[in-house]
Amino acid sequence: MVSTSSTSGPTRHPGSSPTRHPGSSPTRHPMTGNRMDHGADSGFETHDYDVVVIGAGGAGLRAAIAAHDADARVAIVCKSLLGKAHTVMAEGGIAAAMGNVYDEDGWQVHFRDTMRGGKMLNNWRMAQLHAQEAPERVLELEEWGALFDRTPEGLISQRDFGGHKYARLAHVGDRTGLEMIRTLQQRAVALGIDVFMECTVTDVFTEGVGEIGPGHHEYDHRRVTGAFAYWRETGRFIVFNAPSVVLATGGIGKSYQVTSNSWEYTGDGHALALRAGASLINMEFVQFHPTGMVWPPSVKGILVTESVRGDGGVLKNSEGERFMFNYIPEFFKSETADSIEEAEGWYTDKKNHRRPPELLPRDEVARAINSEIKAGRGSPHGGVFLDIASRRDAEFIRRRLPSMYHQFKELADVDITAEPMEVGPTCHYVMGGVEVDADTERSTVEGLYAAGEVAGGMHGSNRLGGNSLSDLLVFGRRAGHNAAYHAQNASLERSLPSPTEVKAAADRALAPFHLHEWEEGENPYTIQKDLQAVMQRLVGIIRTRDELAESLGEIEQLKERAKNLLVEGHRQYNPGWHLALDLENMLIVSDCIAKAALEREESRGGHTRDDFPTPDPVWGGKNLVLTLPGGSFDTPVELRHQPLPEMPQQLRSLFEDAQ
Amino acid sequence: MGYELNMRVWRGDASGGHLGSYAVEVEEGEVVLDAIHRLQATQAGDLAVRWNCKAGKCGSCSAEINGRPRLMCMTRLADFEETETITVTPMRTFPVIRDLVTDVSFNYEKAKQLPSFAPAPRDRDGKRRMMQVDVERGQEFRKCIECFLCQDVCHVVRDHDENKPAFAGPRFFLRYAELDMHPLDTNDRRQLAQDAAGLGMCNITKCCTEVCPEGIKITDNAIIPMKERVVDRKYDPVVWLGSKILRRDQRREVGPARPTPQPESHRPRPKGVLTRPEVARALATDLPAWSRTGDAISRSVDAPSFMDGIRLVLRVAELAESHDHHPDIDIRWRTVTFTLSTHSAGGVTARDLRLAREIDELAG
Repeated sequence: MVSTSSTSGPTRHPGSSPTRHPGSSPTRHPMTGNRMDHGADSGFETHDYDVVVIGAGGAGLRAAIAAHDADARVAIVCKSLLGKAHTVMAEGGIAAAMGNVYDEDGWQVHFRDTMRGGKMLNNWRMAQLHAQEAPERVLELEEWGALFDRTPEGLISQRDFGGHKYARLAHVGDRTGLEMIRTLQQRAVALGIDVFMECTVTDVFTEGVGEIGPGHHEYDHRRVTGAFAYWRETGRFIVFNAPSVVLATGGIGKSYQVTSNSWEYTGDGHALALRAGASLINMEFVQFHPTGMVWPPSVKGILVTESVRGDGGVLKNSEGERFMFNYIPEFFKSETADSIEEAEGWYTDKKNHRRPPELLPRDEVARAINSEIKAGRGSPHGGVFLDIASRRDAEFIRRRLPSMYHQFKELADVDITAEPMEVGPTCHYVMGGVEVDADTERSTVEGLYAAGEVAGGMHGSNRLGGNSLSDLLVFGRRAGHNAAYHAQNASLERSLPSPTEVKAAADRALAPFHLHEWEEGENPYTIQKDLQAVMQRLVGIIRTRDELAESLGEIEQLKERAKNLLVEGHRQYNPGWHLALDLENMLIVSDCIAKAALEREESRGGHTRDDFPTPDPVWGGKNLVLTLPGGSFDTPVELRHQPLPEMPQQLRSLFEDAQ
Repeated sequence: MGYELNMRVWRGDASGGHLGSYAVEVEEGEVVLDAIHRLQATQAGDLAVRWNCKAGKCGSCSAEINGRPRLMCMTRLADFEETETITVTPMRTFPVIRDLVTDVSFNYEKAKQLPSFAPAPRDRDGKRRMMQVDVERGQEFRKCIECFLCQDVCHVVRDHDENKPAFAGPRFFLRYAELDMHPLDTNDRRQLAQDAAGLGMCNITKCCTEVCPEGIKITDNAIIPMKERVVDRKYDPVVWLGSKILRRDQRREVGPARPTPQPESHRPRPKGVLTRPEVARALATDLPAWSRTGDAISRSVDAPSFMDGIRLVLRVAELAESHDHHPDIDIRWRTVTFTLSTHSAGGVTARDLRLAREIDELAG
């Protein structure tokens, strides 16, 4: 066995490599080049910014660029190296009604598709802004160096995707996310925005505003004063003084066993928002992408892009049947082909044919695959077959789907140009998130903004493929601008985080290193594994009252166990410690999902109840709002019902016209 | 099915380390990163490793496996004998932070030095047109996932730290080539690639191409064409003539990128330095004769005569000595200009405001 020296403690100096300059002051961080204030050997460094953006995926980078353009002093803080965020995994494309392939397309059609995909539970104003602004956001990426695939006329090419009436996704082969993140990353670097890489935020600081009544300690609302973070490399703490914080932390997928998400997806922003006093909506809606890899076990859950189906791939069961024709719901009957002949015609003549059922929204396809597997018609490794090999020639497949070709060849020894893939549902995306104002992306806490997957409302109960990347761009930009304006207005009366708060944040972060000797320590990896098993088994694609109630009991027990987390080693680049801190976020978020799922007694989009199998119009007018009044992970989550914002008649008529 | 894999994993930090020996249960179809994760979860909770997507798309889990630079998530255990011991060490070209994690900031520094894309204006309808065949060359290079394995294997910098300042490495030659071949770019970075990025130091051993997990032909498609372009530009009279005629070559030659200078308000502010609005408020309320320029505030005084000006300077000098805080003083006949800034803090502080008030009292 190996032992490493553990000389570190709260006062440990960052690193000891010869390339660094411990003790010299002021110095720059070796990884990021950021200035470090070495005055504080007690273990803190302090930075002042106007806007702190948490997360460096598409939404975070776009927000930072927007805030910079609005003349704010901006910091990006991210858990990984710059350019590694989960956005790189997005494959298919960016949905934007540019009309490069179909003239008929426009924001109204995109808006309507988005609302229908979300089963009308979307925040209509967000869906409208998204559809209107997405095209310009895509053109902007091109301005910054993105190289999209082209139409024969030289315009940005657009591809078909589930739930979108027209071919609408701007793309680069099947690696659109990589192109997007690299473009935004290079833009942010060119602008000279400060980036705190491999740095995790554990608290957002707030203060009460507008005391209600004399001698009372109740406030009208809360306002952001800064954030608390640690460098993963050194374990050293950072206090950010900032009036605006933008959450762009992505989703929660790591709470499930089978997921397309990376280790970073631990619901940090969701939990930070709740603990700071903001609210979450729509948390019961979790998207299971219908096609994840199922074999070999080590890659179970890794995404197989929807473009495979957009480009002609079909789903088959073990009997060779193209089963999606058996699962066309009433809601989509009028626009879906009901025979193989019609579906086949669609690929070449979209005007006179309805769409193949393989391109129904993701929730429908995931449920259908789930049913086929349960009925015993699955593939050898517990999935179904996704076949493009017998339908398109090898050259076409390699050109249109290079990453998929590569991924299956390297990881599963499967040649997708010659044999079908085995695929099954994988936890992919959370529709729920921080409740924000549609125009400004501000949460209920002054100075706290959210954009991208961590924000709620835009996608309703189910997100259409391709709408995520456009969401990041549209709302990332809006959040960044508004955060900058807020900081400007707040510039003359900024409060700093209080020393008590800072001390409490530091103590909380260090807790997993200390336990009373009479307590038995819990391994964070074990609790994470147990949580994933609970969520997968009891809060998965198909849900029931009994199982959801059981899950709440299990989560409660896991929270108890998590109070006794113990990690080995010291603070320098210690993944066990990092997981221990992320785990509290995963527990809060899982609790929210399970509570909301138990409450919503209907089936809609990404929430399917076996005991309430159909949509209920009463539920269709409501959001479930979650809060955490106690502010810490071991206090109860509270839930209330809230009516949906009402769509104006002018937009409602878009749906009537289409009928 | 499952078997017990023997592994040796480098453990340690910048001060030194050693190969730790482990035995870990592995399953059919797993990759090296799975084995490392199981080690973390069961035997070494603090084993430091970078990873994200686990699907060969993000380029985080670069390491050397049996001495060969590879992505841990794309290296299948099935490629080794079950009895073989697999050795995993950190990338050698970059300083170790801890265990398998290295300090790759070299790459992020090089990225900052590269002048970014500078497009020609949009077409009249607000869109841009490029032909697929023209974007495909750049698209090959933009497949790069920044795993930095090409940088790691490159013998110009591997074991040669002294070459690092003058050499950007294959990853950035790729970027130079991408921008150079971009149909809409207006910058000419060829000279820069040769001089500042050290393209000339590459002697085309193709090691970078061999280790690229994306299969990008770095040497053949990026480095060699770039070298040719640099040479063309220098010596070929036809190209020289063409550059006078063709639009594509009417590009602006650029020097190394300096990130767009952030307005000073964008830089991290040291303790004690006042924000611009704070300075503005102070000047507006009780220092109306003063104005702010950059990191300083200044005021000019018109004295009745040259000698009156000098006497004022003397009194301010005594005051400054007593505060141990010294203004910059400019004397032009009878106009004296005082400029205040706290150089040790890099901006205007409360000390400057106090001295300004006292100068106002002396100047009347």
